[in-house]
Amino acid sequence: MVTFFQQVVNGLQLGLVYALIALGYTMVYGIIKLINFAHGDVFMVGAFMGYIGFTFVKLPWPVALVMALITCAVIGVINERLVYRPLRYAAKISALISAIGASFFIEYFTSLNFVFGPNYISYTPPIKEITWIIGGVRITDIQVVILVTVAAFLALLQLLIFRTKLGSAMRTVSFDHDAARLMGVDVDRTISFTFFVGSGLAGIGGVLFGFAYPEIWTFLGVMTGLKAFIAAVLGGIGIIPGAVLGALIMGQVEIMTAAYISSQARDAVAFAILIIVLLIRPSGILGRNEPEKI
Amino acid sequence: MNKTKQMVLALVGVVVLYALLKALIVTGIIGPYWQIILNESMIYVIGGLGLSIIYGFTGQFSLGHAAFVGIGAYCAGWFAITFSHYGIWASLGSLVVGMISAGLVGYLIGVPILRLKSDYLGIATLGFNFIVYDGMQNSDKLSSVLGGAQGMTGVPQFQTFEWYFVTAVIVFILVRNLVFSSHGRAFTAIRENETAADVVGISPARTKIMAFTVGCVLAGLGGALYAHNYPYVNPDSFTFLESINYLIIVVLGGMGSMTGTVITAVGWTFLLEVLRMFLSLLGPSFINLRGVLYALILIVVIILRPQGIFGGMEASFLVPRIGRRKSNAAAGS
Repeated sequence: MVTFFQQVVNGLQLGLVYALIALGYTMVYGIIKLINFAHGDVFMVGAFMGYIGFTFVKLPWPVALVMALITCAVIGVINERLVYRPLRYAAKISALISAIGASFFIEYFTSLNFVFGPNYISYTPPIKEITWIIGGVRITDIQVVILVTVAAFLALLQLLIFRTKLGSAMRTVSFDHDAARLMGVDVDRTISFTFFVGSGLAGIGGVLFGFAYPEIWTFLGVMTGLKAFIAAVLGGIGIIPGAVLGALIMGQVEIMTAAYISSQARDAVAFAILIIVLLIRPSGILGRNEPEKI
Repeated sequence: MNKTKQMVLALVGVVVLYALLKALIVTGIIGPYWQIILNESMIYVIGGLGLSIIYGFTGQFSLGHAAFVGIGAYCAGWFAITFSHYGIWASLGSLVVGMISAGLVGYLIGVPILRLKSDYLGIATLGFNFIVYDGMQNSDKLSSVLGGAQGMTGVPQFQTFEWYFVTAVIVFILVRNLVFSSHGRAFTAIRENETAADVVGISPARTKIMAFTVGCVLAGLGGALYAHNYPYVNPDSFTFLESINYLIIVVLGGMGSMTGTVITAVGWTFLLEVLRMFLSLLGPSFINLRGVLYALILIVVIILRPQGIFGGMEASFLVPRIGRRKSNAAAGS
């Protein structure tokens, strides 16, 4: 039983990191109905910025966190401006293809020797590991830092979306672009802002991921990003609490499969669960199944 | 232009194209290496046409096409190795086995998941791709011939260009006839408006499953040929990144354009190889730029031609006369 609770804690740690990435996917999807394939790679850049911040520049980690947040947010906005905006009113699939292109570009560009280089990098996290044992379950201070940071940013995001003018603009645009424009909302700016927030959260996710699993490389974002995306779909894409719920489930599923079935099968089981959930609830767990308009 | 004349012209075109390529191979202008690439491009044509039916014509978003190519490659490879004492018949049979296995799996998975729509369908197929990949990684537990993560070796090879070319031409003719048949019209109708298609008596479920199965059969055929073109079949050749390659071929070619799919399949395969060769000529430090250039080409092309390079176009000799008279709606808008 103690091992089980230990796995729950480990799953929670992974799920919380997924949650930060999944939020970006779900916000972007909610507002422009685009699967932002490059989002996982923005997360990877965040992991590297954190690493560079506290290893080379010797910044205290909260400062490195903010640095990663800002870098990633800016990359997200530039990406939207250059790659997605020209295709905003084209067929959805064209934007998806350019998103795939952007994803490849970030991966291969950062793999070049003068950027991050193609190799795996292992490092020691800036937080000294302290372990508490509560009822036999080991909890590290890194896990506490992750929990507190994620909770704080979730609260901030909630405030931003439901208590500010920008947040209400975001909600309006995600409802209907044209109606939002008629109401005087600057649609382009709101979309840019959504990318700013979503990518910034992915940046934080990257730094925290580095704390928990301090081995990073430039293709880190492919699988992690995909799983976070799957989490967002699982919870109901476009719905913010859904992304968090999906991510927490995803974290548990992955860790439990690795612990009790086989660590090789963790991806397959996660995807199998996704397919089954989609067959039962085609719009995800919290998604509303809207009747088709004719 | 009447029907016979049209057919004769198309046939002459195919023969001329064959003679041209054969001449280049015989004279050594296309060396053994490029010949394998040429074969590979034919495989992409076949698999690409499969996805073209599923996505380009019927509009069912699939991000897992490589899974079916892989199933075809593995089943065909297993068959060809196990029955290798029958010589060429084993290889011919393996093509059929590849088609049947991928088609069967496609049908079984298609029945439940084709109820999903657009992006959700894409994600479900993507998930299926990962599950198949994990299955391939562990396939040695099923039969040691399959090799698991080590990859499968020992499939009888035939790198003769005719195999690939003739198969691709046959597939192309069959796909062309399918697309302009009543089934093909039903596919396009489903893509354009499922509800409207349902109202005029086209069963969406049946049509979608049919298109998906046919597309998977072609993927399986491509996979079977793949197993015979490369001495080493590896799960890593059938990841979701490979599915994205197929998606790129169909979308860059132009949704619902067979011409576009074929030209892009050949062009994209050769572009990547030429890029590799050109950069390695410049020096070893340049080879790393390949991925960056690949990504840039992709982004620039799709921004300049959001509808695909040949979007809404079809080579005129393909379009039947009756279709053309009706304001050319046949080629898919």
